[in-house]
Amino acid sequence: MEFDLQMVLVILASAVATYVTRIGGYVLITTMKRIPPRMEAALNAVPAAVLTTIVAPAFFDGGWDAKLALVVALIVGLKVSHTWMLVAAWLIVMAWRRTIGF
Amino acid sequence: MSRADFAEGLRGGFAVAVAAAPFGALFGALAVDNGMSLGELTLMSATVYAGASQMVGIELFGHNVQAWLIVASILAVNFRHVLYSAAIARYVREFTPLQKFFTFFLLVDPQFAAMAKRGEEGKPVTFIWYLGFGIIIYVPWVLISLLGGLLGSFIGDPKALGLDILLPAYFLGIVLGFRNRDNFLPVALVSAVASAIAYHYVGSPWHVSLGAAAGIILAALMPLPAVHKPEPENEPHEV
Repeated sequence: MEFDLQMVLVILASAVATYVTRIGGYVLITTMKRIPPRMEAALNAVPAAVLTTIVAPAFFDGGWDAKLALVVALIVGLKVSHTWMLVAAWLIVMAWRRTIGF
Repeated sequence: MSRADFAEGLRGGFAVAVAAAPFGALFGALAVDNGMSLGELTLMSATVYAGASQMVGIELFGHNVQAWLIVASILAVNFRHVLYSAAIARYVREFTPLQKFFTFFLLVDPQFAAMAKRGEEGKPVTFIWYLGFGIIIYVPWVLISLLGGLLGSFIGDPKALGLDILLPAYFLGIVLGFRNRDNFLPVALVSAVASAIAYHYVGSPWHVSLGAAAGIILAALMPLPAVHKPEPENEPHEV
């Protein structure tokens, strides 16, 4: 187990930065007594808005293997469970890469 | 009751831990590949504990980027957590300060999604449930990233194993879990397009913050439901 001082400092600073984001919203919102309806609507949109941004580049910038896999995963996800989405996406990608290539 | 809550949390978190395991191993392997030691990568998993930003971090370490820029990039990737902690305020306010400390430390994407969903279903969001859900993800994440670092040289190209598709497919599943909310479709579409554009013209990790901002602003500007439905989430919350 080796530790480089500068690397450790960067890691700890990153940890503090992450923790600040994880508590920041709570600190901000507890200083307000009541959440206005429009802010409520904005907060309700948070999960879909944020998590979509993690998926979108994989679809738009990914190859046709990734595009097809994500479309199939979407259809599977609308019908059955999330676990099957992972299985479907993985099977499509592997089948594509074994037959058509990367 | 609380023991049952803890067990329920463990069960819920277990599925997430299994889905996250390949990424933990992948992180460890890539971290070694980018010049981190086993101790350093384990420290990072244990203290930062945020998959996507850990990946961004090691990519920058490998490119000799200045320290402040690495921290700023991690802050940008994790900025969404500000919104999470604001959104869960309604469930957390009864927790003790120590419980709050751990609640926010463990607040990763699936943890937030599970908490929001449980709250909306009207089930009790207790700290002991949250801890069970969180601990079963956290401990394996740290151990498996160390394992990934140890085995790093044996893992070949992650694309050959099809591992690269699992992360977006996994997040797609979480997104779909919110499809019954007001304005889901316009918000998801606008965020998707905005993040893709930002990814191209501004670059990663800013596409996360910029794409999310587009969807959230749209939701704030869209007409509010004219009649308040009886569900509790549509009532103003005292916090």
